[in-house]
Formats: sequence, structure tokens, C-alpha cells
Amino acid sequence: MATVFIPALLRKLTDGKDRTSATGATLRELINDLDRQFPGFRDRVVEHGDLAGSVAVSINGEVITGGLSESIPTDSEIHFVPAIAGG
Amino acid sequence: MEAQAEHKFKVIGTRPIRHDGVDKVTGRARYGADISLPGMLHAKVLRSPHAHARIKAIDASAALALPGVKAVVTGADFPEVPPEMVQIGENFVNARNLSMNIMARDKALYDGHAVAAVAATSPHIADEAVKLIKVEYEVLPHVQSVLAAMKDDAPILHPDLRTAGTAEKSDKQTNVANQVRFARGNVEAGFAVAEVIAEREFDTSMVHQGYIEPHNAVAQYNQDGRGTIWVSTQGSFAIRELCGHILQMPRGDIKVVPAEIGGGFGGKTTVYLEPLALLLSKKTGRPVKMVMTRNEVLRATGPTSGSHIRVKIGANKEGKITAAQVWMAYEAGAYPGSPIAVGCMTVLAPYEIDNLQIDGFDVVLNKPKTAAYRAPGATNAAFATETVIDEIVEKLGIDPLEFRRINGAKEGTAQPAGPQFRRIGNLETVEAVKNSPHYKSSLAKSHNGKFRGRGVASGFWINAGFQSSATVSINTDGTANVVTGSPDIGGSRASCAMIAAEVLGLKAEEVHPVVADTESIGHTDTTGGSRVTFATGYAVYEAAQDAVNQLKQRAATLWKAKPDDVVYQDGVVSCTTNGHESMTLRELAGKLPRAGGPVTGRAAVTPRGVGPAFATHVVDVEVDAETGKVDILRYTAAQDVGKAVHPSYVEGQIQGGVSQGVGWALNEEYYYDENGLMRNTGFLDYRMPTTLDLPLIETILVEVANPGHPIGIRGVGEVPIVPPPAAIANAIYRAVGVRMTELPMSPPKVAKAVLEKK
Repeated sequence: MATVFIPALLRKLTDGKDRTSATGATLRELINDLDRQFPGFRDRVVEHGDLAGSVAVSINGEVITGGLSESIPTDSEIHFVPAIAGG
Repeated sequence: MEAQAEHKFKVIGTRPIRHDGVDKVTGRARYGADISLPGMLHAKVLRSPHAHARIKAIDASAALALPGVKAVVTGADFPEVPPEMVQIGENFVNARNLSMNIMARDKALYDGHAVAAVAATSPHIADEAVKLIKVEYEVLPHVQSVLAAMKDDAPILHPDLRTAGTAEKSDKQTNVANQVRFARGNVEAGFAVAEVIAEREFDTSMVHQGYIEPHNAVAQYNQDGRGTIWVSTQGSFAIRELCGHILQMPRGDIKVVPAEIGGGFGGKTTVYLEPLALLLSKKTGRPVKMVMTRNEVLRATGPTSGSHIRVKIGANKEGKITAAQVWMAYEAGAYPGSPIAVGCMTVLAPYEIDNLQIDGFDVVLNKPKTAAYRAPGATNAAFATETVIDEIVEKLGIDPLEFRRINGAKEGTAQPAGPQFRRIGNLETVEAVKNSPHYKSSLAKSHNGKFRGRGVASGFWINAGFQSSATVSINTDGTANVVTGSPDIGGSRASCAMIAAEVLGLKAEEVHPVVADTESIGHTDTTGGSRVTFATGYAVYEAAQDAVNQLKQRAATLWKAKPDDVVYQDGVVSCTTNGHESMTLRELAGKLPRAGGPVTGRAAVTPRGVGPAFATHVVDVEVDAETGKVDILRYTAAQDVGKAVHPSYVEGQIQGGVSQGVGWALNEEYYYDENGLMRNTGFLDYRMPTTLDLPLIETILVEVANPGHPIGIRGVGEVPIVPPPAAIANAIYRAVGVRMTELPMSPPKVAKAVLEKK
């Protein structure tokens, strides 16, 4: 079971909840579980079968690199954050 | 992987002469504009003289008739590009928008927008031909401020644009391309218990990266459909990808050769001339060279966003922040893509705040499409928030560093976007400034109408990881070559050589670093995001370890021992059994043909464990109350650098970033007239600091090792530009009692503010 923090602009999908618990061995499964809890969630973070390019995922403070196949450790803390670049 | 924080390094941390130094100071280094090929043509661009106009017709017949002109291209010559977003290395871009930015289609969206390009046998003929191209425009109303562009009745740049980022999809025409929000806790409740509150609005101007070397490209399209581009770029693989998308060519058919680069700072992470040059080469069958003028660089390449920002912060009388609220609108320029998201991720990051709301908006308007500029988005945000923090500090009557000690982010603190920090060095930089000779010194008294003040500000940058490849090969004389795909804009090739030398037990000068083209090294993401010494350095470290493992196997073969019985230490291989033989790397290198063959270590990484960077700066200024001129008397920058591989380079990065921040603070701005045309298109009027404007910037390297890297490395190049405008604004306040809320704080503005206060 992971704790997922809901991005502020998507809390309209979650009746204002800023966090929830979700299950899934991979990020794909976790997002599917979130979509079951809050229909429409997957469409906001997944595009063309992959994590949307503008979205990054942080698991326990570290931005992941494995996309939707990334494994989710037990009791993880998960944030959806903007994907960033630099100069 | 835990960093070897206390490990005693032999090469890392020293200051060898940079490997590219001799070529650079003797003029032998080859930059993009130095490339010449037989039969080469020269190309020039016709640019829109209007800020917003429909292009009704283009007649190039007179230009084509000019002797020496070989081809003209317009938007009609570019293939259709699908509208989806594509991941190009670290950037996420709309390739269709990028194609339209390189060459306008039905509308010119800013003064300087490319409308046509001409290739001719000399640059002078190309210049003449450009003037002969006739364009029929229908001038449209333009908009050049974020607040005006966000109004319901603003001129619309893109009728199909809808605001992204929200849960509900809007169908309204808009100039707001994207919305971002981070929120936690309860800001209303937080402000209700605050005993001091400060609230202000700020405006910052668009500014340019100001690299001395203009954009350039030489392209050759061959009859077999393959092309080569020589270019001064921060990202050869990104150029390949972008040209492939824009010209709808297979990426593997494009080879990009990076030249030396005369500054990038983020502005050379994208394409402007490269697809044009390749298209013209395809049309003419000859190589084509393009070099921008300074006028073109300022008008038509990506500056960073101007912005409008509102900040409200509350604190209790113990000095603890109880709530913070920030509203930021950033200029995207003609197409979506300002650094608003990352600006929101960095704002107020140096502080632990439970009740926080940050709203950000990406706004298109009739200015050049913005590009990255050193910690993109962070400097604007820090100018606003660090000024309000200073106002809170003043209201509380406490020392600004003590305030930062009370509220400072540390391991476990939630970042603005939510994830918790791992091991960071924020508080250590605060302590370093507190103990610095500068902070401990008294500020000499003001006199003769000039007033002195001291200001403090903090800064944060996320830093990046992404993909890097490297090979480490052992030469027959025991020296080594390190090959990476990271163009060197800040000393990374020396750092990579030093990392390899450390692992191999060689001296830095015995390792030769090479920055390779896209066919000579594995995929490597762009030099930017302060990622190279971290990520490419990681790849070099692993490639060198791979080389060491192969060397041990070769020695084991020679000694007829097991590889596990061979150790490698400080450039010497030794056998722990069989008579305990040993050889130096030089000796073993000479025997490799008999021992199993050449040794080439390799690695390809996408490392996690990126360590962010914090900085605390202090500055003393002197303000001439009559003229408004602000002089920098003394500047000290403390920064958590993880592990300084080559300290001189790290110091140089800090000094360079501070210098750019000073220019951003005091003079630099894009000045547009009532017709939407840029008026200060040269370095005389776009005023950047010179050595005459700055004291020697003192640097304090605080080394809190990044636990996510085997050597403890953190990126260092970007955070130095974040605090200076706020630090200077706070110093001006202490000097003359006015809070500046607009950048730049140029002499007329400071003088006016002082006069109004009187």
C-alpha cells in the first residue's frame, strides 16, 4: 500500500482529498488503482500508453526513471510533479 | 549508493590545468563559425518587422534572380509535423510549435520571427537577396505583458490553444497555455495565526542569456539522404532529435558534430538555424553555413521569461513562517513553454512551510519564444519571495540569517511540490555566510550622497539527472582517453578526466577527454540542468571501473592467476598469490596485445539520487541617491557543492552565475516600443555587467556530499544566479529605505523610488 499525494489541480477529481492510499506492484497498476478510485485520473497523467511527458513521479523523494514499469516498494510515498529541465 | 564523503581523493579536489585551456587561449579551438567546407554557401534570414501579423503572401522572385543566390525557403518548404509533445532528452517539446518558431507559417508572432531564408555564394549576396524578398503582411494587434495577455479581450495568438493542467478541460480561446498549482495545509488558517504579514507584487523583465558567441550552424545534406550538422550546441543528440522531427527525417540519418561553444547557459539547448541550414543544403546540394548577428540573437532566440508575481507571507513572533501564498504568471513568448512549472517547484524551497499555495501560469504573448536560462524560472521567483522574506525579517527585528536558521529546509522537509528532501546543505550555507569574513565585517558608513547597505538572499535549484554514456580506453603507453557526448560549457570535460584519473590511479594530465559526435558515443542528454558532472561523471566513473575490471582480467591472464586474486590500487595491479607480482598500468598497457587485447570500459547510465543545490548570498552595495546608480562593493556566495571535483571550475561557475544575476538585477531588460519592436538589440543598449562593474566575487564551497552519487557530486552551475537580484534589492532597501519591486533596478527606477520616498 502506498500513500499517493494528489496534485492540487486534480483534487477536483478526488472531492478535495490531497492524499490517498493505493495499491500496485508497478506504477501502471498503481495509476489504474487511482483511476478506479477517482475516474479520469489516469487520463491526466498517462498519454499514448506511457507516463505523460510533462509529468514526473517521485517515490520516497527520488524521481524515478522507469516510467510505468517502475516497481513500487511497500509503504512508498508518491508524488506527481512536473517534469523539469534546466539551463 | 552512499557517497565517499570522507574518502581522501588524489586527483578530485585538485586544480590541474584544464585540458582545453591551451587551445582556447591560443585561438586554436574551433567554434561553429570557424567551420568551412568546400563549395559552401552562406544563408541569411528574413525576419518579421511586426510583432503580430498575418503573412498573406511571399514573393521571392527578385531574390532568386540575383546572381549568386541558389535557393530560398519559406514555411511552405517545411514538412507537416504532428502536433504531439515529444520527449527530447530532458526537454518536453511541441515539435510543431518549434518548427513554426524556426520559420513562420501563416502568422508572424514577434518582431524578428523568421519568415524566409536565402542561401547564396557569399554572406553579402545573401544579405542583399533577403532585402529583395517581398512579404505582404496584415498587421494585427499585439500584446506584450502577461497581465494584458491574460485578459478576456486580449489579442489571441493561437486560436486552438486551450489551458492545460487543470482537471476540467476548457473550450475557451486563451493565451494561458498551462496552469500549475502546489498546495498543502491551510493557508487561510496559517495567515490567521500570523503575527506579522508582508505582501507585495513584482514585475521582472525578459532577459537574455547573453552568450558572447552567436548561434551558428553548418549543414551538409548528402545525396544518400544523410546529413551532417556542425554546431555550437549544448546538446548534440537533442539537435539530432529536433531536426529529425522538424524535417521528418530518420534520426539515424542525421549526424551532429558539436563544436566548441562560446557560452550557452540554456539558450543553446534548442534549434534555430540547424533545420534551416540542413533544408537549404538539401535544396541546393551544397553545404550551407549560417551565423546569427547579435541583433538576431536578441530578437529571435529564446530569452527567459519576464513575469508578474504576487507574494504573501506570514510569520509568528518567534520567527516561524506560518503561511505563504505565491501567484506567478510567466511569459512564454510566442509559443507555450515558459519555465513556470519549475519556477513553482523552486519558489520558497529553502524554507520549511506547512501551509503553502503556489499558483503558476504559462502565458503566450508577442515576444520571442523563451528558452532555458540558468536555473530557469527560479530567479524571478526568488526575487519576489526573498524580498518579502526580508520584509518579514525587518518586521520581526531579527537577523536575516537567524530567520533562515529557524525556518531552513533540511533533510525530511517537504519541497514545494511535495517530495521530501534527502541530505541537503541549506543550513550549512547559512552558517557559512554567518561565519564569513564578509558578514562579520562592518559596512563602512555612507557619505557624500551615497548610501550603503547589506542584503542577504537564499536560492535553490533542483538539478537534473537524465541519460549519459561514456567510454574509457587505455592507450598503449598507459594513458587513457575518456569519450563522452556532453558538450563542455563549464569545465565538465576536465571533471570527467579527473574522475577517470582518480579511478585509474593516473594524473589528470594523463587522461585525455574527448567530446564526441552523435555517431561516436552512445546517447547522451543535453548539457544543462547542472547534470553533466553528476550524470556524465557517473558514467565515466562506471566506465573507468569497467576498465579496471578488464585490466585485472588481463593481468590475471598474464600471471595465470584468477581475476579474484588480482587487485588494482593507485595505478598498480598486484597479484595476491603466485609470487605476489605487480605491474604499473603503463607496464600492463604495453602487454595488452598478449593478454587478451585492448581495454575499453563503457557505461550508459540514467542515475537517480540527484542532489539539489542551495545557496546563501550576502552583498554590500552603495547607492547614489541622486542618479540611482548601484555599485556592488562586496559579494560573497556560499553554496552546497557536494564534492568540488575541480574547485576552480566550481568557483568560476559561482562567480559567473552571480555576475549574470547582477546584470539581471541592475540593468538588463528587453525594451519594446509602442509597435512591439525591440529597441535595444545590441550589447551597447542591452547592458550586461563587465569586469569594471563587479568586484571579485568571494566564494565559499560547502561540501555536503550527495548520498546519491559515488563521489558525492551535486550540480553546481545554476543555483548561483538565483539569489543575486533579491540580495541586491534587500541591500538597496537597507541603503536607501526603498523596496524595489521591479527588475531591473536600473538607475532611473532607483532614483525615482528614492525621490518618491522623500
